[in-house]
Amino acid sequence: MSSRRAERLVNLVLCLLSTRQYLTAGRIRAAVPGYEPDEGTVKSDEAFKRMFERDKAELRELGIPLETGRNSVFDVEDGYRIARRDYELPAIDLTPDEAAAVGLATRLWQSAGMAQASRGALRKLRAAGLDVDPSAAMSVEPRIKVTEAGFHPCLDAVRTRRAVRFPYRSAQARVPEDREVEPWGVVSWRGRWYLVGHDRIRAAVRCFRLSRMAGPVRVVGPRDAVTVPDGVDLTGIVAGIVVPEPRGVARIQVRPGCAAGLRRRATVVSSAEDHDVVEIGYADPEYLARWVAGYGANAIVLEPAEVREPVVRWLRRSTAHPPDGEDA
Amino acid sequence: MTGTTDRLPRLLALVPYLLARPGIAITEAAADFDVTPAELRRDLELLWVCGLPGHGPGDLIDLSFEGDTVTVTYDAGMTRPLRLNADEALAMVVALRTLAEVPGLGGRDAVERALAKIESAAGDLASAADAVAVRVEAQGEVLALVQRALDTVRAVRLTYYTATRDESSRRDVDPMRLLLVEGRSYLEGWCRTAEGVRLFRLDRIDAVELLDEPSRPPAGATERDLSAGLYQPAPEHLLVSLRLTPAARWIVDYYPCEQVSERPDGDTDVRLRVADPRWMRQLVLRLGGAARILSPGWLAEQVRFDAEEALKTYLG
Repeated sequence: MSSRRAERLVNLVLCLLSTRQYLTAGRIRAAVPGYEPDEGTVKSDEAFKRMFERDKAELRELGIPLETGRNSVFDVEDGYRIARRDYELPAIDLTPDEAAAVGLATRLWQSAGMAQASRGALRKLRAAGLDVDPSAAMSVEPRIKVTEAGFHPCLDAVRTRRAVRFPYRSAQARVPEDREVEPWGVVSWRGRWYLVGHDRIRAAVRCFRLSRMAGPVRVVGPRDAVTVPDGVDLTGIVAGIVVPEPRGVARIQVRPGCAAGLRRRATVVSSAEDHDVVEIGYADPEYLARWVAGYGANAIVLEPAEVREPVVRWLRRSTAHPPDGEDA
Repeated sequence: MTGTTDRLPRLLALVPYLLARPGIAITEAAADFDVTPAELRRDLELLWVCGLPGHGPGDLIDLSFEGDTVTVTYDAGMTRPLRLNADEALAMVVALRTLAEVPGLGGRDAVERALAKIESAAGDLASAADAVAVRVEAQGEVLALVQRALDTVRAVRLTYYTATRDESSRRDVDPMRLLLVEGRSYLEGWCRTAEGVRLFRLDRIDAVELLDEPSRPPAGATERDLSAGLYQPAPEHLLVSLRLTPAARWIVDYYPCEQVSERPDGDTDVRLRVADPRWMRQLVLRLGGAARILSPGWLAEQVRFDAEEALKTYLG
């Protein structure tokens, strides 16, 4: 931003903050320096209008509450003002330990957009006279990391209550498929980001991993077209899909000193010289089967069949040789 | 953000900031605004010619400079900063709500009080933060013990599961700090066994014993820079090429791949570095044919051998 424009905008804010009356564009043009024509040129009304429109947009972009209205029924055009009450950050007072917490919060985000928003908030809190030190040491160093391109578009869609469409690569699909979703919220669960909402095509609640979105997230339809159900528990929905309840117990024969990962989740029920038998609870038989298959001959499922059979199936596939002439 | 769009918010915040701190050093103010002292002086010079309509001497913002300090003597009505905007409110409220959930954080009470105050200052915008939820893991008992070790500066003996080698081991560790990265909690400390700084994921610590000796990481032990992510594959690690069917494509999300290329048939070829080939054998066996090792050939052969051995047991 040129100094000239920055100066004009500061003067414009001061002018509109100082007035109770709505000021018409014409009065603003006369009162705020910087709208007058350049040396040796005649600035047309048209040029002023364009400048003023740009300036208004800039102020609104920053979140400055620019009001429009008329002082009386006799006014023939709208005027502008900034209500001090809506402009000013309300009084806020933080004790030193609260200020330390706020300081820590401002460095939580590892995402360019949110980190910048945090810095903006920090600057305003300091301008309100608070001493917030973002470098205060804490015993825990939390981070919220966002790398997915879909994060901000999804967030904007949730905030404006608009439906979105995006290509999505589900766990099983060969090619990404288009999804159309009424977004309810964005959730971080175990370090991964999900969009939660109503899938219009499948007519059901769904969670979408942001990292599986295979292309841009586009808004569809008007604003305020999405209704988030009252009291919806977004993390509960993600957690319910990510961590199902256990439903069975499998018995597995494990060689001594092997399969440490399995053992730490299992109970040893009997021990012999060349193997132990352990029991382990499972929610998803295929998930457990995959885990055990990874241990090869070091861990053998004894029962039930719903775990044992997929292991055998996958081991057979793993013995297959690559097709002739490929990738030799 | 670039200087062009960031300057106006800075200018608007500067007057109330200075008003609250009469006689502040210009270098200190510059540091608080993330600009150089020269940039800050340019901002002050600009503000000096701004003011109320009329723009007579009594209408302009007035500053007095004394040595390297500055004081606002007339503010032209700009006494308070602008409210938080939607993004700022969201960033702060979500961050504080996350902090309030972080297990083992001293001063949770302060976090909750601060959250209430920020929510109140943000007004209607605070509810927009409901659009985002961050859930962190709690590892209650292990965390409480690790926290106590840090608070009392004591060394610990951990029973720790190393996933990449699939083994449990006991290690004596001098704790340095707790971290929360990507939704999971870690203890960073000097591992006396490995003689190096290591990160221990709390959900992989199966037991913690506080030792009767102080935590004394050697002078050279420094905290790792995690800005590039948790996993930093080393060039000396084995490079493995895999072909993934869609069922195995999650690998791309979970492990740092050096190269990912989509094939026209819907499969994906990836290259990744592994510290321990045994881990890769296990991973490919788990995938049961959904992932195939393209190279090295000896590793592909080992996987086939592992599968044949296991099948002999199953099929008797």
